[in-house]
Amino acid sequence: MTKKVLMKGNEAIAEAAVRGGCRFFFGYPITPQTEIPEYLSWRLFEVGGDFVQAESEVAAINMVYGAGGAGGRAMTSSSSPGISLKQEGISYMAMAEIPAVVVNMVRAGPGLGGIQPAQSDYSQAVKGGGHGDYKLLVYAPATIQEAVNLMYIAWDKAEQYRIPVFILGDGMMGQLMEPIELPPMKQPNDPEKFDWATTGSHYGEGRRIINSLYLKSEECLQQNYRLQAKYREIEKNEVICETIDCDDAEIVLTAYGSVGRICKSALPILRQKGIKVGLIRPTTLFPFATKVFEEVANKPNVKRFLTVELSAGQYNEDVRLAVNGKKPIDLLSRMGGEVMSAEDIVEKVMEVIK
Amino acid sequence: MKVQIDFEKCKGCGLCVTACPKKILKMGAKSNKGGYFVVECIDKEQCIACAACAYICPDSVLEVR
Amino acid sequence: MPKWTKPKMLTDATLSFCPGCSHGIATKLVAEVLDELGLQSKTVEVASVGCSVFSYNFFNCDSQQAAHGRAPAVATGIKRVHPDKIVFTYQGDGDLASIGLAEIVHAGLRGENITVIFINNAIYGMTGGQMAPTTLIGQKTSTSPFGRDPKKQGNPIKMCELLATQTGPAYIERVMVSDYANILKTKKAIKKAFEYQIAGKGFTMIEILAACPTNWGMNPPDAMQFIKNDMAANYPLGVYKDIGGDK
Repeated sequence: MTKKVLMKGNEAIAEAAVRGGCRFFFGYPITPQTEIPEYLSWRLFEVGGDFVQAESEVAAINMVYGAGGAGGRAMTSSSSPGISLKQEGISYMAMAEIPAVVVNMVRAGPGLGGIQPAQSDYSQAVKGGGHGDYKLLVYAPATIQEAVNLMYIAWDKAEQYRIPVFILGDGMMGQLMEPIELPPMKQPNDPEKFDWATTGSHYGEGRRIINSLYLKSEECLQQNYRLQAKYREIEKNEVICETIDCDDAEIVLTAYGSVGRICKSALPILRQKGIKVGLIRPTTLFPFATKVFEEVANKPNVKRFLTVELSAGQYNEDVRLAVNGKKPIDLLSRMGGEVMSAEDIVEKVMEVIK
Repeated sequence: MKVQIDFEKCKGCGLCVTACPKKILKMGAKSNKGGYFVVECIDKEQCIACAACAYICPDSVLEVR
Repeated sequence: MPKWTKPKMLTDATLSFCPGCSHGIATKLVAEVLDELGLQSKTVEVASVGCSVFSYNFFNCDSQQAAHGRAPAVATGIKRVHPDKIVFTYQGDGDLASIGLAEIVHAGLRGENITVIFINNAIYGMTGGQMAPTTLIGQKTSTSPFGRDPKKQGNPIKMCELLATQTGPAYIERVMVSDYANILKTKKAIKKAFEYQIAGKGFTMIEILAACPTNWGMNPPDAMQFIKNDMAANYPLGVYKDIGGDK
């Protein structure tokens, strides 16, 4: 077992990116994610990479477009208002099939909102966010260790599917310090090895074009079909979801990210009170763990669900679709940067099972 | 063999006519598939192969050998 | 020895531009320069949005199509991954001087080692002749139908002058393609810009005063005269910045 190190969430994510082969960062400061660019502004130069503090979020995501399209392992990170600015670029990247990683350390919105943790960018991350029919591969880690592990594989998945990978964290995870295990250093792929990357080495017949424009509707349709087929493939292969104690649970909690972690600490308290409680905690938000919800909802022991989220029910919409009316669902929601405690969850459970 | 004109590629803009110092390029009466009246060289003997027409042509229609 | 044949860096695709459009001349000149400098298999072009959107079909090299105004940011990303390759953007005035103003200015400030080919025809061509940031005072467009009035629609932007005041850019020149002599001067400027990039001197931009006969409502020869008489009077030609051979 490797030695554990104590690291702040944002810095651990940055180090895990480097170890996962990331060599290029383009970003813009915004609380609560700024430690990611700060860390990478020196770290990337140690590994022969490059770092640009862009003039805006808009420029940053388009630099990622260029670098990713040229075969480099590139990323940007931001927080909610900044991520909104990046949506145009992310939509272009989805259509042009550019592998890259985008980190969102979500803060409260709408507008400038606040800098405290929230999950109110759920729909933006999971349903597309920008214009057009597209999806991102969305990971929502619950702990810093899980975030590290996901950053480490993010570019492998991005390149495998030629898709932007989205890490949906929150301000809490970014600012928390935890002992973690760091994976070994992985070397990025040689851009010349890809058969699509515009490395400049091609001329005439073999030249490559990174493009999202399809003016002929038939060609645009075909490209959309291609994207959708890829998303179905991702739905088949990439679901990650943790379930705890659903085999005898009468009430099943469901939450993702930091809230999933808080739910976990509510479980033993509730069990001590004699309440049979379980948890579904998806790590991937797209693809959504629909099958897991179906299976749990079909269990005769499961009487009801309780969705817990730091938004007004955005996540619950997908939970309701997956549970599909089989069992009643309650919602515990907090907004504005207020975070519920394990005790709040216990209290809500006691209230709904009455 | 001096100036050669790619009949189908010409868009009939007439810029080469203004550029030719020998005034031997004229807008023709024949149109191509694009519906453009194509430029003609009315006296190849006089062409001095200066390539002014080729340089001003936006569509690289003229070749000068 | 042929006096002029189509450059190899130009594909066989029929250009999507209207008859007499200066885009064709500029595209061809860039392709010739890339040929002459032996930059086949060493170059990435970044296409922008507007009539220049299809330039990835015309340059015979690797190419990325950028979102509106973002070509210098996209080029930055490419260049940082491949600093040994030649990267250039091909942008119009709406793209570069309006929606993409931040990106061009900051690419210049960073001294990003890329070349920018900036086509200034004082109008939005692709969308059908709307007012551009570079539209001349008094010039009629479909969104300034009474002529551009500075009190209502603001003043034209002078990109070369703006960028030349900053530290960062290595070489900035404004040229025009109104006639044979000026076309040769334009080619020379483009070549110098790429030579600077090869030498690692930093950011270079060539602003080309160009004609849009269709949206100007002129025949192509008259449009060329408009460049010479009106465009050049408002956008003076010349070298605005040149750090020379030493840096």
